[in-house]
Amino acid sequence: MEMLKVKNLSISFGGLHAVDSFSITVNKGELYGLIGPNGAGKTTVFNLLTGVYKPDMGQIILDGKNITGLSPVEINKAGIARTFQNIRLFKNLSVLDNVKIGLHNNYNYSTISGIFRLPSYFRTEKRMNEKAYEILEVFGLDKEADILSANLPYGKQRKLEIARALATNPKLLLLDEPAAGMNPAETEELMETITIIRKKYDLTILLIEHDMKLVAGICEKIFVLNFGTELANGLPQDVLNNPEVIKAYLGE
Amino acid sequence: MKSKMLKINKSARSSIITVGMILIAYIICQALIVTGNMSNLLQNLLVSMCYYAIMAVSLNLTVGFLGQLSLGHAGFMCLGAFAGAIFSKCTVNAIQNTFIRFTLAILLGAVVAGLFGIFIGTVVLRLRGDYLAIVTLAFGEIIKNVLNVLYIGYDSKGIHLSMKDAISLNLEDGGIVLVKGAQGISGTPRDATFTVSVILLLITYLIIVNLVNSRSGRAIMAIRDNSIAAESVGINITKYKILAFSISAALAGIAGVLYSHNIATVQSSKFGYNLSIMILVFVVLGGMGNLRGSIISAVLLTLLPEYLRFLRDYRMLIYSIVLIVMMLYNWAPACVAWRNKLSSNLAAMLKKSKKEEL
Repeated sequence: MEMLKVKNLSISFGGLHAVDSFSITVNKGELYGLIGPNGAGKTTVFNLLTGVYKPDMGQIILDGKNITGLSPVEINKAGIARTFQNIRLFKNLSVLDNVKIGLHNNYNYSTISGIFRLPSYFRTEKRMNEKAYEILEVFGLDKEADILSANLPYGKQRKLEIARALATNPKLLLLDEPAAGMNPAETEELMETITIIRKKYDLTILLIEHDMKLVAGICEKIFVLNFGTELANGLPQDVLNNPEVIKAYLGE
Repeated sequence: MKSKMLKINKSARSSIITVGMILIAYIICQALIVTGNMSNLLQNLLVSMCYYAIMAVSLNLTVGFLGQLSLGHAGFMCLGAFAGAIFSKCTVNAIQNTFIRFTLAILLGAVVAGLFGIFIGTVVLRLRGDYLAIVTLAFGEIIKNVLNVLYIGYDSKGIHLSMKDAISLNLEDGGIVLVKGAQGISGTPRDATFTVSVILLLITYLIIVNLVNSRSGRAIMAIRDNSIAAESVGINITKYKILAFSISAALAGIAGVLYSHNIATVQSSKFGYNLSIMILVFVVLGGMGNLRGSIISAVLLTLLPEYLRFLRDYRMLIYSIVLIVMMLYNWAPACVAWRNKLSSNLAAMLKKSKKEEL
């Protein structure tokens, strides 16, 4: 079953074709890697998929529903959640609150019942806390629930971003360089976590990564982007041994 | 799960401390008044300390929690002041019960200011930073200047409006002019007592504390911390910006109603950008997102200029120096470290003396 189907997605900034005729099909439950040299347009693809940029051309279909041109909020509600290459946490809020903000659209009570502390406030907050702790436990962050997210060590901040994205209950999770700046041990741990959440939450994942060990280790398929266009696409061993790909990464 | 309980207790404890502080201050003031130990000067300032504190707390919602710089907060206070005063003047004979009349005036002031908050917020909140500050400043001035030339009167035929003068209202004999342009409204019943003001301050404080610690409040703070990430987790930025801005405006309206029922004449010229800036100073000095700080700094900085009157021409000079010193003491890292050291030393000394007692 197709979870994400992208056809001929294109965008240019001035004269630069940042992404040119990008097409990809991600099946339900797959873990797809999106790789490519610096400036290839990987993050731009993520920004297009999540509605930060509106495509000049092309179509994005999520689980049978056309989401092309929708706003980031609507796309998140449709089922895509993401993390950012440069960490974007709510720094002045606690770890727990960061996850609870992710739960915002799944647990509802009115502003009025929040201000006047009506019963629905206490009921829903309790359920939100339970759910948030459940997610934090998966990432081993439940002990740090009360500290400010800005005070977390770097690796845990990256994990918290994934936890927050997961809290929105997505069908498709986009991870933008989840292992950037991590040491090998942390990367190893992250790979385990990704494998666990994939099973537990029945996720389809598309991830951008430069760490080839991680990409080759957990990705089932790999898409290589170069200068905004497709260079290679397929199974890891085929793609990573493709001479064109090696040339793009290492030069001739 | 244990730590979750602690967290709830922590924010609840902080608000209990603040409410307790307000109540203790209130009781001390009342005791001083009853025993005749409070000067007239201070007695006259009690209500104004409360409405300035309400202004500071409400502006803190926009500036501290939503993270948007608004310089037009006095405009909303102005709207509340006029709406409440007009209502009270019209109904002073119809509704004899002061409590009911004043409650309705407060609600009306809050609703009018809140509606304008929604309207202005919808227009201006697409802007950010300096641009937003300038546009809110402009809207504050527009409100002030429109009310400055507005004449309202009523007679048996209904309400008459004019923007020229009182004569062009064409009132019948016996018609009453409510709002006299630059002269404003006079003769509003003096319903704002110190007790009512303190109750309203407490209500305002609790509304904002509860809002901030709820689902909507988290969304508001998420927008402040990182609006791109907030959007990416499905938070409707426009909705929550307008929500925070209009609640903040409505609460400023309440402060306005208190103002107009505390003073003989309400003139819109009093609600210029000087007032907006002054309230912003209270907020910045008290700390962004720190409601207790806002209340304390509003009270202190309302008292200070009055007690500096003996300095005559040098009054504002000293006032500004005090501001700078307070700002440094509150927020300069070296001062914060020194203060922490002092308080831990004090705590150690207390512990020691307790042990010796035992």
